[in-house]
Amino acid sequence: MTTRLYIPRETTASSLGAELLVDAISTEAKYRNLPIEIVRNGSRGACFLEPLIEVETFTGRVGYGPVQLEDIPDLFDANFLSGGQHRLALGSVDDLPWFKQQERLTFARCGLIAATSVDEYRKLGGFAGLRAALSLSAADVVKTVLDSGLRGRGGAAFPTGIKWKTVLDAEADQKYIVCNADEGDSGTFADRMIMEGDPLSLIEGMIIAGIAVGATKGYIYLRSEYPLTQQILDEAIANAAAAGYLGSNVAGSGKTFELEIRMGAGAYICGEETSLLESLEGKRGQIRFKPPLPALKGLFGKPTIVNNVITLATVPVIFEKGAKHYASFGRGRSLGTLPFQLGGNVKAGGLIEKAFGLTLRQLIEQFGGGTASGKPLRAVQVGGPLGAYFPEALLDTPLDYEDFAKAGGMLGHGGVVVFDTSVNLAKMARFSMEFCSVESCGKCTPCRIGSVRGMETIDRIVAAKDEQERDRQHLVLKDLCETMESASLCAMGGLTPMPVMSAVKHFKGDFQ
Amino acid sequence: MLDFFQPNRPVRPDLQPLSAAAVSATGVDVSPMMPVVSPAKLQEFSLDEATRVVQEFKDQPGALINALHKLQHTFGYVDEAALPMLAKLFNVSRAEVHGVTSFYHDFRRSKPGRYTIRVCQAEACQAMGSEELSAAIKQLLGCDFHETTADGVFTLEKVYCLGNCACSPNIMVDKQTYGRVSLASFKALTQQLAQKAAGSK
Repeated sequence: MTTRLYIPRETTASSLGAELLVDAISTEAKYRNLPIEIVRNGSRGACFLEPLIEVETFTGRVGYGPVQLEDIPDLFDANFLSGGQHRLALGSVDDLPWFKQQERLTFARCGLIAATSVDEYRKLGGFAGLRAALSLSAADVVKTVLDSGLRGRGGAAFPTGIKWKTVLDAEADQKYIVCNADEGDSGTFADRMIMEGDPLSLIEGMIIAGIAVGATKGYIYLRSEYPLTQQILDEAIANAAAAGYLGSNVAGSGKTFELEIRMGAGAYICGEETSLLESLEGKRGQIRFKPPLPALKGLFGKPTIVNNVITLATVPVIFEKGAKHYASFGRGRSLGTLPFQLGGNVKAGGLIEKAFGLTLRQLIEQFGGGTASGKPLRAVQVGGPLGAYFPEALLDTPLDYEDFAKAGGMLGHGGVVVFDTSVNLAKMARFSMEFCSVESCGKCTPCRIGSVRGMETIDRIVAAKDEQERDRQHLVLKDLCETMESASLCAMGGLTPMPVMSAVKHFKGDFQ
Repeated sequence: MLDFFQPNRPVRPDLQPLSAAAVSATGVDVSPMMPVVSPAKLQEFSLDEATRVVQEFKDQPGALINALHKLQHTFGYVDEAALPMLAKLFNVSRAEVHGVTSFYHDFRRSKPGRYTIRVCQAEACQAMGSEELSAAIKQLLGCDFHETTADGVFTLEKVYCLGNCACSPNIMVDKQTYGRVSLASFKALTQQLAQKAAGSK
């Protein structure tokens, strides 16, 4: 009997040698005359267990990980194809506390199925959301998204339903759906994981958006640092088209929706929506003035929905299970779940999807298991390179958009980067300014020049000979940050002060 | 911002190669789990070939960046001689093509080494020692960021986030990402890559 084995085809697993395991296991199985079928799934999100191999046995699916090349003969000897006992055996992966404590809605299928297979996708509820959406009027589709409480998962947390309604109400001969897959924020990888592990959920979400607002063309703007993601998405789009979900008769509805991937070219600023639209038009990725909103005058001047990958990939489950079900997770105005990405100096990093409301400490301690180095934790940066640095004392802040804003931070795209005691926050603050100076699009002065002046000022603070001089330079930095915050055109210049000032506020001792 | 029209500078004499003893002193096990990728097959630049490969983008709206990617994929860089041709193809000014080409970090103006190595500089990798790793890599290869090694095998670049932040520090060689890289594993990998490059000349 042929045994089904799951080995992720995914960047994290691949970065740790998964492709070598595929070859080694196939060879070893042939040599031992054991029939196997290797299924290429996505990652289940437990990066610390990668490469994680799962085997389908009579008693269910069991995992082994992290597997190294030298473990292969050993695993065969231990009869792992029948779920045999081994040092790396994890039992049922679903029953590991790391997974059991999660609430997976957007990532429900990720890692469970052959990533690009339409059949397997459908078996686990795929395209049920589209079917439900097709039976509704356009206004009701938009109302469902509004009722779910879904907010933009790219970082700005703008209510998705309101954006969709603006585009629905706009009159135009052509409208567009644009997926922002320029996941440039350091410390984030949820977009990549869903695109590699369950790309059809993103495609389905974009189709629903298109049908809701009358857009017939969608673009996925993907960052060039993700070449494997591009391959997988390409395959998924081809499979969806072959199964009749893309093209001139979407799922037999008579409606048209086409999808195209466009690659970015290494500019962080192209994650900003207007800059992204410029780039999609083949121009320099310089941001646009708002208004007009992209919802009214977006790509090629037409009404355009620009949503993040996770936002769009969450849409199908809202239609499959209902807006009420989705809104029953989370709290206050932060409804539903957020896929948190735990990285940096942490023992058990990876993707943790949880309803809003757990604390930063719970995430880092219960899931992350503390720092990788074993040294005490000193700082946590949440929300990417423009997010605040929090000290240990703020770890009990609940992960919720409003609570984080109250504590002087932002949740952003849900990236959490952990630092141990070896970190110097003056250096990190300088890095934030440096990053802004390298990646600024150059359109507005506070960002373009302010970031360079910020670097110089931090250097002067650190090199100051006496307290008086240091205080004077701190005043300059504060003033500069206020200017950047209030006078920059977009979030790049406007938010760079956040990591800088939070470092000054909580770790002032590092600045000398 | 990478200076687009600054050709490769000569190898830095102040960056002396590290001794083997210094590398092995790091005491980290060398992981055998690093796939040894083949060097990209690049063509010598010719305007005729460049014109031919970008024709498919002619009627696609806003596809200038696609065309630039195609040129870089084919030749390893975007030759300045191709810019007027692109301007004509997309009906934009040469200044605009230059502006786009120089705006994006990805597009190179000169031919890279056989492999392009990108070392992540972002926060999560910094939390796992990427700064020390970067300094050691520069010493090991004897070249700085945006430069190519003397033997023409490696071009060193920096990158901000490869999206593998739970397995830091990360590097990328051409299109392959490598996680949890140590100086010792980097050395083992680059030795094998250099051998592969020598074998495929």
